[in-house]
Amino acid sequence: MNVPSDLKYTKDHEWVRIEGDIAVVGITDFAQGELGDIVYVEVETVDETLDKDEVFGTVEAVKTVSDLFIPISGEIVEFNEELESEPEIVNSDPYDKGWMVKIKFSDAGELDDLLDDGQYKELIGA
Amino acid sequence: MKNTALSHVHEALGAKMVPFAGYNMPVSYEGVNAEHETVRKTVGVFDVSHMGEFLITGPHALDLIQKVCSNDASKLVDGQAQYSCIPNDTGGIIDDLIIYRLNEEKWLLVVNASNIDKDWNWISGKNNMGAEMRNLSEDFSLLAIQGPKAVEAMQSLTSVDLSEIKFYTFEVADFAGIEHVIISATGYTGSGGFEIYCKNSEVEQIWNKVFEAGADFGIKPVGLAARDTLRLEMGYCLYGNDIDDTTSPLEAGLGWITKFTKEFTNSEALQKQKEEGVKRKLVGFELTERGIPRQGYDIVDAEGNAVGNVTSGTMSPSLGKGIGLGYVPKELSRSGTEIGIQIRKKVVAATVVKLPFYKG
Repeated sequence: MNVPSDLKYTKDHEWVRIEGDIAVVGITDFAQGELGDIVYVEVETVDETLDKDEVFGTVEAVKTVSDLFIPISGEIVEFNEELESEPEIVNSDPYDKGWMVKIKFSDAGELDDLLDDGQYKELIGA
Repeated sequence: MKNTALSHVHEALGAKMVPFAGYNMPVSYEGVNAEHETVRKTVGVFDVSHMGEFLITGPHALDLIQKVCSNDASKLVDGQAQYSCIPNDTGGIIDDLIIYRLNEEKWLLVVNASNIDKDWNWISGKNNMGAEMRNLSEDFSLLAIQGPKAVEAMQSLTSVDLSEIKFYTFEVADFAGIEHVIISATGYTGSGGFEIYCKNSEVEQIWNKVFEAGADFGIKPVGLAARDTLRLEMGYCLYGNDIDDTTSPLEAGLGWITKFTKEFTNSEALQKQKEEGVKRKLVGFELTERGIPRQGYDIVDAEGNAVGNVTSGTMSPSLGKGIGLGYVPKELSRSGTEIGIQIRKKVVAATVVKLPFYKG
């Protein structure tokens, strides 16, 4: 199970990469494996400002629909439009090309609530 | 939770296992899309041993079957199978099933795993003519070997000419070194192939030999997730989704297995419904915009009014678009009718289409 040490994680199996005041968010390798073949990623909240833990989108595998929760309050500034035509990138490259949204976060203090790689590994029993 | 005789084999293959109808079943192995494609293009194998099998025997076997099933089993000859359903007293469906005529006094009914107890109790309750009934569900395994290469890949395992077994007929013959196996040209995928009925004690040998024989053809194990996408691309009903205790076979498009050539449970009311016309119909639809319909989503008319429900839906692996089945008022059931599917906060455009979705 790939859990990079330079990322932060949530209990909802999302990863967060901090780039200045931007948080790049995707779902973890564990999450994509559990979901199976991902066939649709829907994000219709670009330009919206959401509070931490609100739903910012949906990821659909063949058999399941899962909500995506924003891990940190802020404005959704970008959606990875590659995923519209090739949602399977989330399966093949969850931590890089399979990123989902970029968030301009409003409260850096919330970053402290995220899990580090060790805590996330413990969560998934890796 | 029960295991099939092969659950340990699936686990060893790394399958993702899920509880389904009380059984520990493989939902996928390498991934549903790849497994789906295997069945469409070459040959795949499903362990569907959770399915129920009832043996009905004796001089009154056919009488009982005719009484509880909607299709006309008197038309069958030895070695022939028939799709049918068991209507209830109130216009709905107890289960859908396949009926095999082994001989005049020996019939096999194959029912959905989730309905084994319900069906058994229902049929037993109707058996006032003294047919002998045995529930073999716990003793028998079922493998579905499906795909365009199934005949070629499996021929070396049996002395019968597999290409001579016509759709919805079967042979009781040798297969993979086991005698008296039912080799049935049936399935739930629309890609051809066989269903193999054998005893639990025989199935692991058969499974292993099937994979040896199919190796050169790229044979792979296929899970329940692909079974669902494959059947849905064909527009085949799934009990519990598209048909249930409240849906009439006529509404569900199963008029072709509802034969008023004989009396059966609720046949009078169903005949009246046929004459008067149904108010709603099960239709297939394709999304014309991005999105995936799911069971339970509302179907809306052009004005945005909810007029029905999605009963099954998925992203079609073969067609690359959202497809589904659902009930709509008869006025909206013609192919070409534009409808909408309420997906979360928005309405996604869809068109009623003729089934099957996948035309090979």
